[in-house]
Amino acid sequence: MILLAVKIAILCMSVAILGLLYRVLKGPSVPDRIVALDAIGINLVAIVALTAIFLNTSAFLEVILLIGILSFIGTVAFSKYLEKGVVLERDRDY
Amino acid sequence: MSLLHLAIISPFLFAIIIPILYKLFRQVHTGWFVLPLPILLFSYFISFISSTSNQEIITESVPWIPALGVDFIAKVDGLGLLFALLITGIGSLVVLYSIYYLSKDKEKLNTFYVYLLLFMGAMLGVVLSDNLIVLYTFWEFTSFSSFLLIGYWYDREKSRYGAQKSMLITVLGGLSMLGGIILLYIMTGTFNISEIIEQAAAISVDPLFIPALICILLGAFTKSAQFPFHIWLPDAMEAPTPVSAYLHSATMVKAGIYLVARMTPVFASEGLWVWLIAGFGIVTLFWGSFNAVKQTDLKAILAFSTISQLGMIMSLLGLGAAALHYDDIESSFFGAATTAAVFHLFNHATFKGSLFMVAGIVDHETGTRDIRKLGGLMNFMPITFTLAIIGTFSMAGLPPFNGFLSKEMFFTGMVRVLELNIFNFETWGMLFPVIAWIASVFTFLYSMILVFKTFTGKYKPEQLEKKPHEAPIGMLISPIILASLVIIIGFFPNILSNTIISPALESILPNNTIDVHISFWHGPTPELFMTIGVIALGILLFLTLPKWRKVYDLFPTKLTLNRLYDGGLAFTQKAANKITKTYMNGSIRSYLVYIFAFFIVILGTTLAVKNAFKLDTSNVSSIGFYEILLALAIMIGSISILFVKSRMTAIILLGSVGYTVSLFYVLFRAPDLALTQLVIETISVALFLLCFYHLPKELNKERMSFKLTNAIISIGVGAMVTLIALSAHSNKLFDSIAEYYIENTYTEAAGKNMVNVILVDFRGFDTLFEITVLTIAALGIFAMIKLRMGGGKKNENK
Repeated sequence: MILLAVKIAILCMSVAILGLLYRVLKGPSVPDRIVALDAIGINLVAIVALTAIFLNTSAFLEVILLIGILSFIGTVAFSKYLEKGVVLERDRDY
Repeated sequence: MSLLHLAIISPFLFAIIIPILYKLFRQVHTGWFVLPLPILLFSYFISFISSTSNQEIITESVPWIPALGVDFIAKVDGLGLLFALLITGIGSLVVLYSIYYLSKDKEKLNTFYVYLLLFMGAMLGVVLSDNLIVLYTFWEFTSFSSFLLIGYWYDREKSRYGAQKSMLITVLGGLSMLGGIILLYIMTGTFNISEIIEQAAAISVDPLFIPALICILLGAFTKSAQFPFHIWLPDAMEAPTPVSAYLHSATMVKAGIYLVARMTPVFASEGLWVWLIAGFGIVTLFWGSFNAVKQTDLKAILAFSTISQLGMIMSLLGLGAAALHYDDIESSFFGAATTAAVFHLFNHATFKGSLFMVAGIVDHETGTRDIRKLGGLMNFMPITFTLAIIGTFSMAGLPPFNGFLSKEMFFTGMVRVLELNIFNFETWGMLFPVIAWIASVFTFLYSMILVFKTFTGKYKPEQLEKKPHEAPIGMLISPIILASLVIIIGFFPNILSNTIISPALESILPNNTIDVHISFWHGPTPELFMTIGVIALGILLFLTLPKWRKVYDLFPTKLTLNRLYDGGLAFTQKAANKITKTYMNGSIRSYLVYIFAFFIVILGTTLAVKNAFKLDTSNVSSIGFYEILLALAIMIGSISILFVKSRMTAIILLGSVGYTVSLFYVLFRAPDLALTQLVIETISVALFLLCFYHLPKELNKERMSFKLTNAIISIGVGAMVTLIALSAHSNKLFDSIAEYYIENTYTEAAGKNMVNVILVDFRGFDTLFEITVLTIAALGIFAMIKLRMGGGKKNENK
């Protein structure tokens, strides 16, 4: 019973990712795409968690944490890039 | 190491200390230090005459590369000794002559004598080696040292041209000779000439026999300046005159003749050998003498004369080889042709050496070698004139000089061709005496031009750079010795016959004793009338020379062999350049096209030829819904990359593909891979962003245009990889070794994470070097950025 629920949930998440992928492709602006990517990251977290339940393993919990960190860092980096043109600013004393 | 070996390599050893002597004793002409060596060697080789005339063969062996059957076997037999005496004897005279010819103050004598000694040692090695590989080594050494000597005045354009030309042609022949040697080795299993000769009958039916024959002959013909490879010899006249006298008349050009004579017992059973040598020899004889007449430079006349005389010796050797087809050599008279060849070989070395020296003296004392400017030197240089008379008359074949005797014997050999009844000689053999006679007329003609245009006629002081006077006595000694030899042998030919010629014949035609009958020069034989005819027609042609000289203008200058050589060289360069430019266009896209096209073609052909494609679905696990979904996502992502307009989108899509791959890892139960993939993908995307920040934002300016080739190749590569992957999966022959790791990960390595245990324990070495790769990459990036910045700063400072 729980497995069926997990399957349905993964399907829904996948459809959501496909929808977000459409947004990534279509744009129209770069921020649109970045937000879509961020959302894809969150959806991946969900999918990995569901997969872990489905496979009955705890080996993928680290992946979930990592995706969370990376998608945050990635989004911040993108945003900073869009705003300032650089990701890492130079030291002023340099 | 025997004394004989030491004698062969002594010039090499001596060459080492020449520069030291040159530096230490600048006030003494370096040639004086060199002179004792060839004299010593000459006396040493003289001591062998007693043993070789008793048909003894002295063999000494020193192992060099015994594992490959290459030993430095020095063998002194009649033929080798004849050449060794020529090399050391004329070598001594040439060194003596060069002491007076080359100025101590203006010339770089150390290099000259080093090159000359290298050549002398190499030449001794060629003629005294019984091992073919050793012979080849020394052979190339002669080509090389000849190259150095021709280019001695390397600041002259023509010297460099002549040196390059002779190098290219002789090395072409040398390499082909190496091929012949290897073929002989394949057939006989030995490099030793004497052992090959023993197997001569057995190998004559081998399919490799004819190729070996042709390869060896190519080597001999290029070295001995036979038609059509004679073109390097006239250009080699840019060398100093002692070099021309030594290398290009007496010794090196006879290396090919030596080779033919040496190989005669091996190859003479083949009619092709007889025909090729006799045919090319006679053509060379005619062509050389015909062309010598039109030359205006003394050394050019002598060069073409050398070509012609070499052709004569070659054709005699060819006909002499036919002798081996008769049981009774004595009565068949073909041995006479070989006798004539050996005799003329010796005679030519004497008179041509002296003539070159005479030409050098004329050049040295008047400042020119152009016969149009020379004339009337008889009164100024009486001794030189006498020497020239002796040399040229001998060359023309006039009595009482030695050239007369060998020319008579040459005619004998040519006339006797008519008696040959093998290899179709009865039909075409008639040509030989006719061509030989015509060529002799031209020989007579250029000999007369050489001596009379130079020394008689009108004296033209206004055209000469210097006031002519007789040469210093030191310069005259060598040609005087050679000219005396010409006369002595002319009068007493038999002093040579039993001591030198007969043992040499023994080497060329083994197991046949030929009584050398040079004394047969009297009597109204057809040869004598031929000689009289030569003289009569020659004098007539000489007197009417200005009237018919125009004949030479009839030959189109565009069709000469030199033009063919130059054009061929230029064409090769141009064509190679063009071919290279067509495919090496500098665009990495084309190179990738070649690489991938080869990938498709070679793998596809292999799959097709080996019938390797197989599809076996029994081993395939079932495909789930998620896999399809993820695959769909990856496909959409990667195909979209091809069609997007902005770089940013392309990066994002690439990132999404990477993340989907990590999802695949999750699905296929690989948590470590998934972790790493996620982190690396993020960093890569960040790096792409970093790079693209410095590029124009939009792709629009150079939009990815559609190229059919690229599309075909990319589809082909994809299809090929898919086919191979499917086939490989369907062809699994063995079980996986994974079971071992599963069982032993905890028990052997105390870990539960199998991937990590493999990485750091079972196969930790791979990890070590992956770490190294990352370190190198990091250091490389650091260095590139730092160095570039440093360079930028420097530029800013400027």
